[in-house]
Amino acid sequence: MSPTDLIAWLAPYRFSWLAVTLLPLAAVLYGLGARAVANAGEQAGFWRPFSFFLGVLLCYLVIHSRLDYYGQYLFFMHRGQHLVLHHLGALLIALGDPVRFWKTAMRSLHIGPRTAGQARILRALAIPVRVLQHPVVGSIVFFGLIYLWLIPRIHFDAMLSEELYLLMNWSMLVDGVLFWLVIVDPRPPRDSSMPGYGTRLFMIVFTAIPQIVLGAYITFSRENLYDVYSVCGRAWPIDPETDQLYGGLMTWIPPAMMEAIAALIVLSMIMRRDRYADEQAHARAH
Amino acid sequence: MPELSFQLVDETGHAVDAGDFRGKVVMLFFGFTHCHDYCPTTLSKLTQSLKALPGDMRDDVLILFVSVDPGRDTVEDLAVYTGNFGPRVIGLTGDDDDLRDLAKRYRTTFSYGEPDEHGNYMVSHGRAVYVFDSRGRARLMILNGQSAELIAQDLRQLIEATG
Repeated sequence: MSPTDLIAWLAPYRFSWLAVTLLPLAAVLYGLGARAVANAGEQAGFWRPFSFFLGVLLCYLVIHSRLDYYGQYLFFMHRGQHLVLHHLGALLIALGDPVRFWKTAMRSLHIGPRTAGQARILRALAIPVRVLQHPVVGSIVFFGLIYLWLIPRIHFDAMLSEELYLLMNWSMLVDGVLFWLVIVDPRPPRDSSMPGYGTRLFMIVFTAIPQIVLGAYITFSRENLYDVYSVCGRAWPIDPETDQLYGGLMTWIPPAMMEAIAALIVLSMIMRRDRYADEQAHARAH
Repeated sequence: MPELSFQLVDETGHAVDAGDFRGKVVMLFFGFTHCHDYCPTTLSKLTQSLKALPGDMRDDVLILFVSVDPGRDTVEDLAVYTGNFGPRVIGLTGDDDDLRDLAKRYRTTFSYGEPDEHGNYMVSHGRAVYVFDSRGRARLMILNGQSAELIAQDLRQLIEATG
């Protein structure tokens, strides 16, 4: 691939202010936070920042490069785009423990509520976040959004309206990050507002099953469910049935694998907690 | 959808833009002349819907057939092809950039398959017909399943509403 090809690939199909402001802002704040943490003598480590920046980069590429063109004009590529926004990228971002670094950055920049009124507004803004992170509500919203945007009528409109299209993609990303922040929060549940490990495992299973059902339904459906891709033309002349079959598989298999990986991460946190408890008990016994 | 705007070449080889078609209700449709099924059936359905209109209204409507296959469709091919569907169908085409601009404007795209040993290839293109009123404002999108009668009804309403 020549440099001009690469530039053509990286250029957005449709320029979006959201993509060029929100994602870099999140990344810069994270970097400042990591630096402030290091200055305070703590280690930010390598893997958390690596995971976070990789997640942001993947999300940027799927919404603001040539990949977005394919996402708009091939159903299975669209499903791949949402796999990154809602699962892979969002999980990588959450694994970076971004809230801690963002908060540190805000403190070091002296950004925060200055008056009681501002503090109240901030608390009010935190309410929807807390609702979306409630184990039951959050889980229903997590798989519900996938269902919502795949209702054929709504999907049709979302692919044809610039505003709805942006709302669809950003709602997937924001909801994905909020959900995974609960699942992989590294603090012991006792010291945080997050649910316990058992509840987290339940959330994973509870959200995985409806996604598998939907993916299988699309895969085995004989009807052409999403004719918007015929109405708008495809990015290459692939048979509509094949496109839908791949899209169904993309909705079914990789998200289920991601949920399995998330379950392994939670299990490893449980094992670490138990080992820590054993060591404490051992130390006390001596 | 944004109002009608393009820079293309018509079937006589002249450069045209959307302004040249103001004052008419425009039905815009993407296709290619080697298309065996969808393009001819759609064009004949659209011309049928015109026949269902009162005579004086027919003159207020134009069908613009935009070929997205400039590699094969010459201006002459286009003239012959649209001639099969009567005087109210005008063929347009352009270079790849101009065609891509127009397709992107209406959230559609087109692409080409691999050529076979005879050099024939598939073209994937959008299947919607975009209808603009006499001032170039996007008003309707006609999809696959719509009958000629329904299209005629919509056109009649549109012409009566905008005069």
